[in-house]
Amino acid sequence: MARPNPDKLYIQDVTLRDGMHPVRHRYSLDQVRSIAKALDEAYVDAIEISHGDGISGSTFNYGFGAHDDVEWVAVVADVCKHAVVTVLLLPGIGTLHDLRQVHDVGARSVRIATHCTEADVSRQQIETARKLGMDTVGFLMMAHMASPEKLVEQARLMESYGAECIYVTDSAGALLPKDYMERVKAVRDALRPETEIGVHAHHNLTMGVANAVAGIEAGAVRVDASLAGMGAGAGNTPLEALVAVLDKMGMKTDCNLFKLMDAADDLVRPLQDRPVRVDRESLSLGYAGVYSSFLRHAEAAAKLYNADTRDILIELGKRHMVGGQEDMIIDVALNILKQRGAAA
Amino acid sequence: MMALVKCAIIGSGNIGSDLMIKIIRTAKNLEMGAMVGIDPDSDGLARAARLNVPVTHEGIDGFLKLPNYKDIKIVFDATSAKAHIHNNALLQKDGKKVIDLTPAAIGPFTIPVINGDANLDEPNVNMVTCGGQATIPMIYAVRRACKRLIYGEIVASISSKSAGPGTRANIEEFIETTSKAIETVGGAERGKAIIVLNPAEPPLIMRDTIFTLSQGGDKEAIERSIHEIVAQVQKYVPGYRLKQNVQFENIGGNAPIRIPGIGLCTGLKTTIMLEVEGAAHYLPAYAGNLDIMTSAALATADLWAGKLLAKEAA
Repeated sequence: MARPNPDKLYIQDVTLRDGMHPVRHRYSLDQVRSIAKALDEAYVDAIEISHGDGISGSTFNYGFGAHDDVEWVAVVADVCKHAVVTVLLLPGIGTLHDLRQVHDVGARSVRIATHCTEADVSRQQIETARKLGMDTVGFLMMAHMASPEKLVEQARLMESYGAECIYVTDSAGALLPKDYMERVKAVRDALRPETEIGVHAHHNLTMGVANAVAGIEAGAVRVDASLAGMGAGAGNTPLEALVAVLDKMGMKTDCNLFKLMDAADDLVRPLQDRPVRVDRESLSLGYAGVYSSFLRHAEAAAKLYNADTRDILIELGKRHMVGGQEDMIIDVALNILKQRGAAA
Repeated sequence: MMALVKCAIIGSGNIGSDLMIKIIRTAKNLEMGAMVGIDPDSDGLARAARLNVPVTHEGIDGFLKLPNYKDIKIVFDATSAKAHIHNNALLQKDGKKVIDLTPAAIGPFTIPVINGDANLDEPNVNMVTCGGQATIPMIYAVRRACKRLIYGEIVASISSKSAGPGTRANIEEFIETTSKAIETVGGAERGKAIIVLNPAEPPLIMRDTIFTLSQGGDKEAIERSIHEIVAQVQKYVPGYRLKQNVQFENIGGNAPIRIPGIGLCTGLKTTIMLEVEGAAHYLPAYAGNLDIMTSAALATADLWAGKLLAKEAA
């Protein structure tokens, strides 16, 4: 899909999607409306909205949302004057039926997300999104778990199904700028010139802005960020900070920096019932290479079973758990309980 | 000795190959009549040929031309949902009994431990999905021990190595078919299925987690019912087991959950965590997802074949 500003970076906001994790998927419709309006007025290119685990993520496993995706999407579509309404879809969680429903109420862009080695489960979804006329993005998650060569192979699959943009997604916030740059460059070099590359960082190792910039310097033209860094784990690249840094670097975006700063501090930060920051728990995610969305579930399991959050997260990393396996958090916590019982 | 009932398998991938080995080693009333593939170099066809099973690599058309086609009574289809619709139409014309291992869901859903003999005489029976065979018995176990089962949700995690191209092309159908069967066979008012592929090396054994929300059942009765059904499934899948104690949580009016399509709900949340270790007939033991599917299909076909033989003998 051709975009109106091809010479500028495409700023994809994720406050209302990845930012669902810190509020356990419980944004009210009023909160969604006011945040989306502020983002639209600050001229971000696109606003992603859905349950944190994508459309139909509202489950026991990922947490029940305060609203259905259709309601949230409709509210954003209603207030957006120019920003593209985006949704996330994980094959294996959401269905094409769900995608059609959110398309009906105004979603015009979709990121189809798979684990970075499993791109071939996205064919039906990418083909259908293209048929619907949606801007169609392939989203390769947990990119730290695959080599640049493997990512290239998987990115080519998604491109062959019809994806117009491929994201190298650091879901665990585990990559360092040099590794991020290497991966983005490899994918950029391998794909057709008209296929765009995107980057999505998490701040678990405090690399949120640094990794976004590294990705852009390696050829990415779409970049994810969120107000006040609102996102899973230690959050995403803080949007207002990114825009300030890009401005200092002389890179053009359409965004209004001061409006973004105001929205971050006035609208979003007050909603963080658990601070979104680099602390013992979120740092453990990046350090152990664990899916950032596991954080609040691991904290809940730790509380329920009187275990330590960090112990749970480190064990999940050792087990090579991937995005979507939130049920294994309970499994790990129960095993820790058993071991403790055996030791006593 | 009485002749066994001849069967054929369409689809020489992971599922078809595993099923073939099971039929040869463990079936009571069945014997292999043909293995049908579309890739002349596939491991499944080579293995079938070594075991002296008639083979064709020309798909359904090649199968119809095999000299012993007319002797074959039962056909297992382990291709894909789309291919199955075409295959089934041809097979029904010739009066074959069709066991569908794809998520096409033309015939009634069949899960041996729940409704093994209810649909036995249907011309086409569907085996739901691997995740459905593993988890829906647990949904049913909770259902029969409570007054109302509002919601059933399952998460199936399988190793990437055990998911062949057919499975990967059918993720959408997996969710739709499994979700529907949670409702129609498991007895939940609303069903939701999730599947996750994990590429870890060495591959991880299939894991399944089942969450339910029920009303009007007590924890002990639910737990007892679960243990009973686990023991019954173990009769055809020995590697099927509870990995953790059954977990319960009361969801009260002060913190109700909002289930999509239903609205705010309260009740008893039950969490059941399973491991399904395969018999390592074709792929190694991690591939419990193959085992539970092929074992269920074989149990269903063997039952039907036994009845057929008994009728012929009478």
